[in-house]
Amino acid sequence: MTVVDHAPAQPAEATAPAPGLPDVPRRLGGLTRSGVLSLSGAAASGLCVAVLLFGEIAPFSGSLGFTVTAYAAFLAVYAVLTALEEDGQAVRDRVMTVVLWTAAGLLFSALALVVGFTAWRGREALPHGNFFTQDMQAAGPLDPLSHGGIAHAMLGTLIMIAIALTITVPLGLACAVYLNQIPGRFSRFVRTIVEAMTALPSIVAGLMVYAVWILGLGMQKSGLAAGFAISVMMLPIVIRASDVVLRLVPGTLTEAAEALGAPRWRTVWHVVLPTARSGLATAVILGTARGIGETSPVLLTAGFTAALNADPTNGPMVSLPLAVFNFVKSPEPTMIARGFGSAAVLMAIVLILFAIARVIGGRGPGHQTRRQARRTARASRRDIERYAGITHPGGAGQHPCAAPPRGATSPNAPAPDNGDSDR
Amino acid sequence: MASAVEVSGAPEPDRPVPRRLHTARGLGDRVFRYQLTATGVTVLAIMAAVGLFLLLRAGQALRARGFRFLTTAAWQPDVHNFGIAAVLTGTLLIAAVAVTISVPLAVGTALFISDVAPRGLRRTLVTMVDLMAAVPSVVYGLWGLFFLQQHVIGLSRWLSTWFGWIPLLAVDGTKPGEPLASDSVYTASTFVAGIVVALMVAPIQCSVMREVFAQAPAGEREGAYALGATRWGMIRAVVLPYGKGGIIGGTMLGLGRALGETIAVYLIISPVFVIQPHLLQTGSNSVSSLIALHYGDASTFGMSALMAAGLALFLLTLAVNFTASSIVARSRSGAQSEA
Repeated sequence: MTVVDHAPAQPAEATAPAPGLPDVPRRLGGLTRSGVLSLSGAAASGLCVAVLLFGEIAPFSGSLGFTVTAYAAFLAVYAVLTALEEDGQAVRDRVMTVVLWTAAGLLFSALALVVGFTAWRGREALPHGNFFTQDMQAAGPLDPLSHGGIAHAMLGTLIMIAIALTITVPLGLACAVYLNQIPGRFSRFVRTIVEAMTALPSIVAGLMVYAVWILGLGMQKSGLAAGFAISVMMLPIVIRASDVVLRLVPGTLTEAAEALGAPRWRTVWHVVLPTARSGLATAVILGTARGIGETSPVLLTAGFTAALNADPTNGPMVSLPLAVFNFVKSPEPTMIARGFGSAAVLMAIVLILFAIARVIGGRGPGHQTRRQARRTARASRRDIERYAGITHPGGAGQHPCAAPPRGATSPNAPAPDNGDSDR
Repeated sequence: MASAVEVSGAPEPDRPVPRRLHTARGLGDRVFRYQLTATGVTVLAIMAAVGLFLLLRAGQALRARGFRFLTTAAWQPDVHNFGIAAVLTGTLLIAAVAVTISVPLAVGTALFISDVAPRGLRRTLVTMVDLMAAVPSVVYGLWGLFFLQQHVIGLSRWLSTWFGWIPLLAVDGTKPGEPLASDSVYTASTFVAGIVVALMVAPIQCSVMREVFAQAPAGEREGAYALGATRWGMIRAVVLPYGKGGIIGGTMLGLGRALGETIAVYLIISPVFVIQPHLLQTGSNSVSSLIALHYGDASTFGMSALMAAGLALFLLTLAVNFTASSIVARSRSGAQSEA
């Protein structure tokens, strides 16, 4: 991993590479035999020091203290072992590498713990089929888990997020296009505001809708109000994520469209948006995942009910996170089990949304699926025949632009005969 | 774009003046521009409405209390004795604990992903960090309430026993070293809430930092290696100086989220309305959990008082976020130029 490390090991290659072989980049990371030995030796001695301290010498106790002591001893021994054969620079490098591994390990195991704990505690409620098909209207807090369920919360979440998406998708995407396509002082200002609003406390979004919709207009708490509150919270997130994606659209593509005489709106509709489609879908889905999991805006605006309510304009409605929140406030073990069950369902929904986003957004801008590529190829072939018909009436298929189609360009955008070029 | 170019003004012979370009837009384009500008204005209006309506509703309470709104700790709006001194202190303390714990984790993980992790693993790790940022806050709250709370008592007791001489870490009502002291003084504290919020904000901070670290110029990295730097030497000489803006900006974005977190904090703390500087002791409060606690039973005037508290939280996070995004934007300037 260091120059000092590897240069003596391969002197022949470093000084005179064989002429026929391709250049092989030097391996910076990776483990050497002495590295593995020092690591395992240090680990063993760290463990032994901790056992000795906790068991024999000092009156320490507790698993956390044990881990911390063992880790500190491990680091110290590892530094000493490395110092036996390396210089100070390399020792610092080795020790910091271990520290970075630890930091990442800690963070990721915390995630695993949070997700795993919820899923584990949800195991009591989840196997009951009625948990997904019934509401809590007829089930009291003392009823066993075979009565009642969270159908009302699942339906409520679905309705609220549908309302929020209806508002945020058109508005958010249009605003992101605006920020990218019409630069100027005002759009810079809008961008600044939107960026500052991405971390808007969700309870403030709820409070705002409460102030306007319920106190101001005198409406009752309902699914619609909750949908509005989620929209206010999601809007900046969706705009910002889409803005970043739209910025990645290659400038050469839009310039090509404009050079062919396409007006701006056609460039946006046929080149920019299709190119960024997968990224935009990811932005919307990630925004949805955030919106679905928020409790506090819904808490203020939706009210609470134990009954199934499919009408967002009338009467209180409950969403999954709000149901979790209400379940675990009860001291009854069955209610807490229901809370964990709902949380597991909520987490599963977020996971699924995330997986979808990953599959769609895995490709960068301009990369197509096989089916999209086929469609583009068909459309280009049609165009070629059409051009051939225009330029050489009679002889088709001989046009010079019969090259394979570029992945990203949409077929019908730069058609030069759309009549706009001479306006 | 449909355009007609005309030359305006004869250039002087000695000094070439760039020719001004005029664009005549077609009808479709003009409609398109108006519509887009209209959406921009709509979004701005929605965002402005958040502050405006909070201010409007909060006016009554703010007029009644004036400056004392910031200095009173109690929350009894119906006898006109209320203020945000206690809840604001609690909010700031929870956020401070959270950021203190999350920043080392986030910086370490971001460096790990950008420079140390095996190449094949990096994409997976990035996805996992993003996923972690999307886990609902109520799930973190459940974990804190039912899992962390019991497991952290030992640490709290140890900290207060050995570091109790630091005012922030002192705990009233316990004697150091007394084995029979009740555990309940260590639960539902600022510290526990801070740990949970730290886990929530660490992924957000990590993903901002990782993005900036990944943009550190490859040429300079290779240069550092060519001069004989170890990997950590390269990180210190190239990645960390380049990513300083990202570290500060990411930290502050996380701080903004930590200040506004509601449900996880609400589930964990037991609310008190005195200024509680003892991190490890039971009882704490935050602005957002105050709102979640009292919105249901508030009178008209009480609602106005809650709106005022919400406004204070809103202004606080807005200030933090503006600072954060301007720092991040400055650190990336030039990185967006098109090839």
